[in-house]
Amino acid sequence: MLQRGLSAVMPTGRRPLRRREGWVKLLALVILVPGALAVLAPFAWMVSVSFEHLHQLITFPPVLIPHPFTFAPWVQGFTSMPFLQYFANSLFVALMSVAGGCLSTSLAGYAFARLRFPHKNLVFFCVLSMMMIPSWVTLIPQFVLFKDLGWINTFYPLWVPQWFGVGAFFIFLFRQFFLTIPEDIFEAARLDGCGYLTSYTRILVPLSLPAFASSAILMFLAQWQDFVGPLIYINGYSKYTLPLALANMQATLGASPWNQIMAMAVLASIPPIVLFFVAQRYIITGIVVTQK
Amino acid sequence: MRVAPRASYPARVRRRVSALERREHWWFLAFISPWIVGFLAYFLYPVIASLVLSFTRYNIVQPARWIGLDNYRTLLSDPVFWKSMQVTYEYAIVAIPLLMGAGLLLAVLLNVRVAGMRVIRTVFYLPSLIPQVSLALLFVWLLTPEFGLLNYALYMLLHVQGPDWLGDPRWTMPAVWLMSLWGVGSTMVLLLAGLQGVPKELYEASAIDGAGPWRQFRAITIPMISPVLFFLLITGVIGALQTFTNIYVLTGGGPDYATEFYNLYLYQNAFLFHKMGYASAQAWILFLMAIFWTVLLFRSAGRWVYYGGLNL
Repeated sequence: MLQRGLSAVMPTGRRPLRRREGWVKLLALVILVPGALAVLAPFAWMVSVSFEHLHQLITFPPVLIPHPFTFAPWVQGFTSMPFLQYFANSLFVALMSVAGGCLSTSLAGYAFARLRFPHKNLVFFCVLSMMMIPSWVTLIPQFVLFKDLGWINTFYPLWVPQWFGVGAFFIFLFRQFFLTIPEDIFEAARLDGCGYLTSYTRILVPLSLPAFASSAILMFLAQWQDFVGPLIYINGYSKYTLPLALANMQATLGASPWNQIMAMAVLASIPPIVLFFVAQRYIITGIVVTQK
Repeated sequence: MRVAPRASYPARVRRRVSALERREHWWFLAFISPWIVGFLAYFLYPVIASLVLSFTRYNIVQPARWIGLDNYRTLLSDPVFWKSMQVTYEYAIVAIPLLMGAGLLLAVLLNVRVAGMRVIRTVFYLPSLIPQVSLALLFVWLLTPEFGLLNYALYMLLHVQGPDWLGDPRWTMPAVWLMSLWGVGSTMVLLLAGLQGVPKELYEASAIDGAGPWRQFRAITIPMISPVLFFLLITGVIGALQTFTNIYVLTGGGPDYATEFYNLYLYQNAFLFHKMGYASAQAWILFLMAIFWTVLLFRSAGRWVYYGGLNL
């Protein structure tokens, strides 16, 4: 308050600040614009290669704008390997993970934010410990476990764990969000005879749709690009997910048709990018909220 | 109005738990029951099981055989294990400061209010959205010495013949650093959010006191966003220790073990050579390294992380 008042009555303090700001703006543009172009160029090239004939790829200098323009790599990509099937596989696994993940972690987040339990903090520490420990530590016994269950080369190892709250990060995210909802609302509902489950479905969920959106999107993005899971658990061609199919494309086709590979790499990038442009706000808040 | 104290039970009164409270406890357990199953079966059991497995010889087909500390002894004299350790830390020691420095520079510049900043911010974030496998494949093609875009750009801008990035062991690690730098967007977004949480009054007050931009950056910006820097450092170290997917696709560990990252060797031992016990020992050493760095960083936090005024 005081500072704001001071700077209003002391114009001398502001003027050099503004001139300096002009320099900073110029400096910002001089660094940022070439930087942005450098970031964008490989991506633009990836898209452009996916519309070129193979012989155009092995020329120097590289062809930046495809001429002639061809859809052949995309068509061949979909026909040489069943990429539509892989797309569907990826989508199935991701959506099942999102559904189970949202349900199990939001329920746990609700319990940690709103319900009493002896030694609750100790239990919550267990949740946090799941976040801190590298996933590779648990990988081998998990593999043995799923092998004993007969789940190798099925989608189960990829999405079933998500229904059991293994995304500890999201329990944390939901808890943080639920803590911001005023307790009075729950008290009032309880006095009106509202049980815990009803509080969850009728009050918490409708009030927390942004948190659900953030979590669902982040879960989707993580699952969509998961590679280690499919690499270890999936070994039949028809069950490949997109990342696994992409990584195995050269080996499967026995050749390196880079235009097709780039076309399918772009394909795998489309859903996350579309999701980003549709729901940018939720992604950023979801990333930021967890640091509090 | 409050019906019951929210926080916890009064420590001194050991009163009987009322029926109402007991009901709440049961609901708590019910709500977290999926997580309890997941925690026990998917986390606690595997952590312990991998410790037990690390003392055995186990190839999945035959039952595990207890061999005591043999796996650890073999690891200590395994040159590829030490190479993988060296590669991982060589990556971390450059990539983490590089990403944090570049991310901070970009965030500071993007925090300036100029038209078009939203577009530029989105462009920098774009690579973070692309699946790692797509990104690694793009880089394989981007880095081909004869037809790749990078060597073409080097030739056009600097008139130098670029190296065989992925074929020459001396150049593969720089290529990996470069690839990690392309994903600076996610670091940048977090730092930008941190910068936007610094109260403007601090800058105005210090400007009146005669502080220049550099002084403001050192004395205000850095302390105010130190929690974000700390978070990035922790996740950066843990992330570097777990590097796998992009390397698996980019180089597969080659050439000549130049990018044989820790987890790549772990994966090969476990799932290619079926040395599950040996790989479990590697996993547990990874676990200990992660704990070591986490504890060390948290210990250091008191000295440089300022939790006073962050208002995200």
